[in-house]
Amino acid sequence: MKCDIILAGVGGQGILSIAATIGLAAVEKNLFLKQSEVHGMSQRGGDVQSHFRLSDSEIHSDLIPYGKADLIISVEPMEALRYLPWLSPEGGLVTSSVPFVNIPDYPEKEDIMKEIGKVHNSVVIDADSIAKQLGSSRSGNMVILGAASSFIALPFESLENAVRQLFRRKGEEVVDLNLKALRAGREAAAR
Amino acid sequence: MQSLLLLGDEAIAQAALDAGMSGMYAYPGTPSTEIMEYVQSAAQAAEGNVHREWSANEKTAMEAALGMSYAGKRAMVAMKHVGLNVAADAFINSSVTGVNGGLVVVAADDPSMHSSQNEQDSRFYGKFAMVPQFEPRNQQEAYDMIFDAFELSEKLRLPVLFRITTRLAHSRASVTRQAVRKQNENSLPYNTRQFVLLPAIARKQYKALTVLFETLPSEPLISRWNRLRKGTDRSVGILTCGIAQNYLMENIADDQERYTVLSVAAYPLDRGLVSELVSSCEKVLVLEEGYPLIEEQLRGLLDRDVRVLGRLDGTVPRDGELNPSIVASALGMKTAMGKEVPSMVKQRPPSFCKGCGHADLYSALAEVMKEIGPGRVFSDIGCYTLGALPPYNMVNSCVDMGASVTMAVGAADAGLFPAVAVIGDSTFTHSGMTGLLDAVIKDSPVTVLISDNSTTGMTGGQKSQAADRIESICLGLGVSREHLRVIVPLKKNHEENVNVIREELMYHGLSVILARRECIQTATRDKKAESAKKTDNR
Repeated sequence: MKCDIILAGVGGQGILSIAATIGLAAVEKNLFLKQSEVHGMSQRGGDVQSHFRLSDSEIHSDLIPYGKADLIISVEPMEALRYLPWLSPEGGLVTSSVPFVNIPDYPEKEDIMKEIGKVHNSVVIDADSIAKQLGSSRSGNMVILGAASSFIALPFESLENAVRQLFRRKGEEVVDLNLKALRAGREAAAR
Repeated sequence: MQSLLLLGDEAIAQAALDAGMSGMYAYPGTPSTEIMEYVQSAAQAAEGNVHREWSANEKTAMEAALGMSYAGKRAMVAMKHVGLNVAADAFINSSVTGVNGGLVVVAADDPSMHSSQNEQDSRFYGKFAMVPQFEPRNQQEAYDMIFDAFELSEKLRLPVLFRITTRLAHSRASVTRQAVRKQNENSLPYNTRQFVLLPAIARKQYKALTVLFETLPSEPLISRWNRLRKGTDRSVGILTCGIAQNYLMENIADDQERYTVLSVAAYPLDRGLVSELVSSCEKVLVLEEGYPLIEEQLRGLLDRDVRVLGRLDGTVPRDGELNPSIVASALGMKTAMGKEVPSMVKQRPPSFCKGCGHADLYSALAEVMKEIGPGRVFSDIGCYTLGALPPYNMVNSCVDMGASVTMAVGAADAGLFPAVAVIGDSTFTHSGMTGLLDAVIKDSPVTVLISDNSTTGMTGGQKSQAADRIESICLGLGVSREHLRVIVPLKKNHEENVNVIREELMYHGLSVILARRECIQTATRDKKAESAKKTDNR
């Protein structure tokens, strides 16, 4: 088993909490993992990505080769497209539909959606609205992870346990909100 | 033994703590910052009373670490690659002084310049200083090699250079710990003249260093990290350095028996191993992250006895970091590129955070510069360098820490008036103060804008050595009180700030404008921490 994931977004959107959740779940399942992150300059509102590799055997490269990623998880729709060269022809793409516009020449949303639609395994969800409905506008990340969960070779319960572990310090209320967000994302993607 | 999920940086930090390090010294710089941050947050460091304060710059960090080594304890100093330029004076001389307690110098290189102004290869410094070097292939080796690095440093009485690159620094993997070693006791150097580099002493020690350096390749703590494995295919042998081995394995893992591979992770390189590789293959492909250092050595000046493939003949791109796809191409394997990036996907460069004080300062400066003309604003390294990008397009130079002030002084010497320097608070105490002294002495017609956000912002908000000291530093250096102005860069103060900047730019002498407002990131972070504390106390 191997599962190579590109996590994408804009600096400050918090893709690393998605990575941390998958990481904890992978550790629980005793899988090998490598997770390459972007720190530094790009974190100031630039494009950021993380190469996340899971496997039941030794992983060599910290980077995913072009054309070999099983999944792109993006918290921003245009950023999802930036990593298409890494996506394998059978790979999936899960993204939030909500643009983060901090550049003057941001493309039309319709055009972005059209391109995303060309990826045959794509899921687009309005993570922000779903999170807001749950009363937790800050857990859009977990909604996206939930939506992507069926593509990730890990039991859903392991991801739930990881959320509990990750947010434990912030109290029961925060754990519950994030669990709800994770489940809501999974349901939204199944629809 | 316990396993932890660690960044390469964190593996180094944890290893140093486990190997009995007594002092960690550093100045923040991507991709090395997380080494010190890990030590600072480790309970183990607090319990062991390990020194873990940031230093003013890489040179002071290097010297303090050398001082701790002098006193018999294990010390580590960490910096980004260009930081080693700042620390170079102390570093190069430290191989001539030698060490007492183990001294490990971590240099984190940034090929592809993810967050840097060049991609210099620190291995040249190791060769230059004639010290042993380690270049781990993965996070576990980064952890384990630190133990060897300290042991080797004390065995040979030499500092050890520990070279990593961005990819290892910022990639997480599982790391298994070793047993914790106790810290050293204080002890004076065996030879009390060892650290006195007067010519008569230095000559003797330097000669001994040149002799010692030749013996390093066969030193077991170095040679155990370099491995030659012979394969069936004799058409091409492969020499990998550090993490290049992973990119190779990504491509040949299923067909390993075929290839002859020399995997290098410690230097200086053993000639015997290289000779064995060369003689068993028709040509050699060199895969190294950074400059073609080993490749150039293999080719030699005449480039004729060995057929070498690598960065110099275009088999591998001449610059930029390696990846599995580049290595596949170099091996003549097919790469499976996914779909192209659609043309609608636009560049998204980093930008000022919403509500950033630097941005308000540039808005005011832009208004004055519109009246004066372009090409007069010198800056350097920090978040404020982003003033070079639209919509401000204000910054005309970014070379190294502190060069804003001194380049403005030089341009003023050439007759450019007015000349403006924009520098941050942490960069000012790193390397700006000495340049300001030059300006004071000449009363250069320069205006220095110190954009003081009370933190080292670009690297994530580390404590700034400048904290509340900038005014007294400037006055102490001799800046006149009349031309040391303090403003608060907020939109509501825009008109007032424009006037202050215009007045000082028009003054034919040295002036300093201190624009002081806390970094929006650290302000938000501190507020969150405060409210969390309140909730906890409830």
